[in-house]
Amino acid sequence: MLKLDGATVRFGGRAVLDAVGLDVAEHEIVCVLGPSGSGKSTLLRAVAGLQPLDGGRVFLDGRDLDGVPAHKRGVGLMFQDHQLFPQRDVAGNVTFGLRMHGEPKQRRAARVEELLTLVGLPDAHGRAVSSLSGGEQQRVALARALAPRPRLLMLDEPLGQLDRSLRERLVAELRELFGALGTTVLAVTHDQGEAFALADRVVVMRDGRIAQSGTPLEVWQRPADAFVARFLGFENVSAATVTGEAADTPWGKVPVPAGSRQGEVTLLVRPAGVRLVPAGQGLACTVAARTFRGTHVAVRLQPEGAPRLEAACALRDAPETGEEVGVAFDAAEIVVLGGGAAA
Amino acid sequence: MALPVAFFAVFFAYPVAAITARGLKSDGTWRFGRIWDVLAQPDIRHVLWFTTWQALASTALTLLIALPGAYVFARFDFRGKQVLRAVVTVPFVLPTVVVGTAFLALLGRGGLLDELWGVRLDTTVWAILLAHVFFNYAVVVRTVGGLWSQLDPRQEEAARMLGASRFAAWRRVTLPALGPAVAAAALMVFLFTFTSFGVVQILGGPTFSTLEVEIYRQTSEIFDLSTAAVLTLVQFAAVGAILAVHAWTVRRRETALRLVDAASTARRPRGAGQWALLAAVLATIAVLLVLPLAVLVERSLDAPGLGYYRALTSDEGGLFLVPPIDAVGNSLRYALAATAVALVIGGLAAAALTRRDAGRLVRGFDALLMLPLGVSAVTVGFGFLIALDEPPLDLRSSWILVPLAQALVGVPFVVRTMLPVLRAVDGRLREAAAVLGASPWRVWREVDLPMVRRALLIAAGFAFAVSLGEFGATVFIARPDNPTLPVAVARLLGRAGELNYGQAMALSTILMVVCAVALLALERLRIGLRSDRTGEF
Repeated sequence: MLKLDGATVRFGGRAVLDAVGLDVAEHEIVCVLGPSGSGKSTLLRAVAGLQPLDGGRVFLDGRDLDGVPAHKRGVGLMFQDHQLFPQRDVAGNVTFGLRMHGEPKQRRAARVEELLTLVGLPDAHGRAVSSLSGGEQQRVALARALAPRPRLLMLDEPLGQLDRSLRERLVAELRELFGALGTTVLAVTHDQGEAFALADRVVVMRDGRIAQSGTPLEVWQRPADAFVARFLGFENVSAATVTGEAADTPWGKVPVPAGSRQGEVTLLVRPAGVRLVPAGQGLACTVAARTFRGTHVAVRLQPEGAPRLEAACALRDAPETGEEVGVAFDAAEIVVLGGGAAA
Repeated sequence: MALPVAFFAVFFAYPVAAITARGLKSDGTWRFGRIWDVLAQPDIRHVLWFTTWQALASTALTLLIALPGAYVFARFDFRGKQVLRAVVTVPFVLPTVVVGTAFLALLGRGGLLDELWGVRLDTTVWAILLAHVFFNYAVVVRTVGGLWSQLDPRQEEAARMLGASRFAAWRRVTLPALGPAVAAAALMVFLFTFTSFGVVQILGGPTFSTLEVEIYRQTSEIFDLSTAAVLTLVQFAAVGAILAVHAWTVRRRETALRLVDAASTARRPRGAGQWALLAAVLATIAVLLVLPLAVLVERSLDAPGLGYYRALTSDEGGLFLVPPIDAVGNSLRYALAATAVALVIGGLAAAALTRRDAGRLVRGFDALLMLPLGVSAVTVGFGFLIALDEPPLDLRSSWILVPLAQALVGVPFVVRTMLPVLRAVDGRLREAAAVLGASPWRVWREVDLPMVRRALLIAAGFAFAVSLGEFGATVFIARPDNPTLPVAVARLLGRAGELNYGQAMALSTILMVVCAVALLALERLRIGLRSDRTGEF
């Protein structure tokens, strides 16, 4: 339903969006994930018509949006910091889009009622925007964006400014809500947890280009390259030479799954694939740091003359900082990046 | 955009072109060499030099005295603040002639200081400088204080937490945010004092003469139109240069500010220092602004049984075709019409100038809009008279002529007041409205307008006040049977005799009261708006 074809935006010669192609299907929730400056907000602004394209096209329902001004595109955009109109109360904000679309007054009132109930603020009509908490503002912004029934709803860092527990609760609520309404959603975020929890499909962006696109599971399991892997929080990424079912790495010989691509590759060793063994066996390492992660302990290991390794250990097995340990590798948790031959 | 441009083309560019042509063109040929002939005269060079340095000195002095006042009005809450704000603004709208006379009554021969201590300042430049501060105090307080009161104090608090001293926080955070407003205010003050007419005319005597006074003298006393035209061109060029520099600095420093409701930023003064500052500002206002006005009122009452006021209602003086009191109604009617015109033209222009995609041409118009302020009002009035008196535009006998001239002077105020606030509106709010389906026009109406309503009201007040007090242009085009207040005052002052002097004092007192009432109503309106919006919250 939304289709970007070679969309390009340049700021002073630098391509912020570099020939981006993207398809969003009806009722799909697509989340664009990337570090700040990767061009994801510009992508939304280009679709909304707030940022003219320097090249390429944007189609909505097959219609070329070139030259269609923002207010006639029929897409919704929830801004990063909500941008609620400070001089209007909650109802005034939610009803704004309906007024712009010439909806009759009675229908407007009913719709505001419906939406405020939907976002869980049924009695907030007359409240001043400035009296709302961050979470409430977010809900009002959502209700405001949904009110004119946009064909496509876009969210810019929808939960960016909220605290963690609220964010986790809201992301689940949002997914449920969009599912129930059948809304087509294009969201951008820098938070992978948010993206994975919200999206049917995740698109990772880097420097104005799409680095990878796939379901959350695909992206998580098989990052396309070192950038995506590191962005997802994986640190054990290294160049390697694969021969048969073993790879030559700075950490020594490491087993790889059968059927992996041969030759010069980039290798990802998941923390779970770094197994601690008694000192004297395997790769000798010193424990540099340990971080409690709730379900496990992340242990950072310093091998002799090689980059650090991160390992995930069960609570009771975690060694103390400064302890000498050995490391062995588990082939099942090792991935050759860049879409290797493996299935 | 088209409407403001057309307005300025017809009512500003055309008359100015007409007068320039009349001055520089003789026997069908242009004689540009005259410019250098005129500039070579030593007394003209002296006038140029004096005009410049007294304007610089006046601007510096005004900023020095008025910035603490702007701070006090923006950040402190105290009893009688609303009234005092109006009081501060009144001097600004008084006709220059009256201000000159009030200072003469205070500092001149037989004036209050002369009576008490034998001090006379009317032969020194200090009288002019002080009168200029008197005039422009409100410009700084309103322009800078208006923005200051809407700056989020937490910005400064954040700087304090980062280790900045109170002064450093102000200098590094607040001052840069105020920069454009201070620059705008300084520019206005400089322009007003650079083109000062009535004040210098009365207080300057034969020693001190500004360009404007010289133009008037050449036009009305010596009837040397071509010299007047050359001087007008010189003034034009100087003002254009200043405006260009100003537009450049403003554009460089343009930033989106976090604006908050002014009501939430003012606190009661705390500690001896803040009370002392408040007291000092109040004392300054009392001595510098209130005292001359008090002397003015005192002189107007200086006849048994309100004699001067009763004389106003009779037309026996023969000075006018109507009783002088009729000027009150005329002035109000003209000022209302002029305010409406100035708001429409200025509002449209400000909106056009705020657009992000505004091109160079549009931004150049920003500077152009200020020109009517810089070019002498005398020239505008005279230009109106000679340019708009023949078909296709014969407006000489139309009442609209006066409001149009006054609106021309009012528009820059509207633009200057609206622009900083409009530019500070977060652009993404407009985008949010656009994405929700608002066309550009509705975005302006739904997003910008509510946020700038305050500024709009202030602009309206300024335009109204300026129209009421406008003298230099009006004096040329107001018809004898329909004089405005300042014109009537000036005519009365021009006549010898105690009764005429007293009547002038009485009439300017009335003008002062009318302005004060209008401004107080404006303040009320503003309070009403605010409580209306925030209501029970």
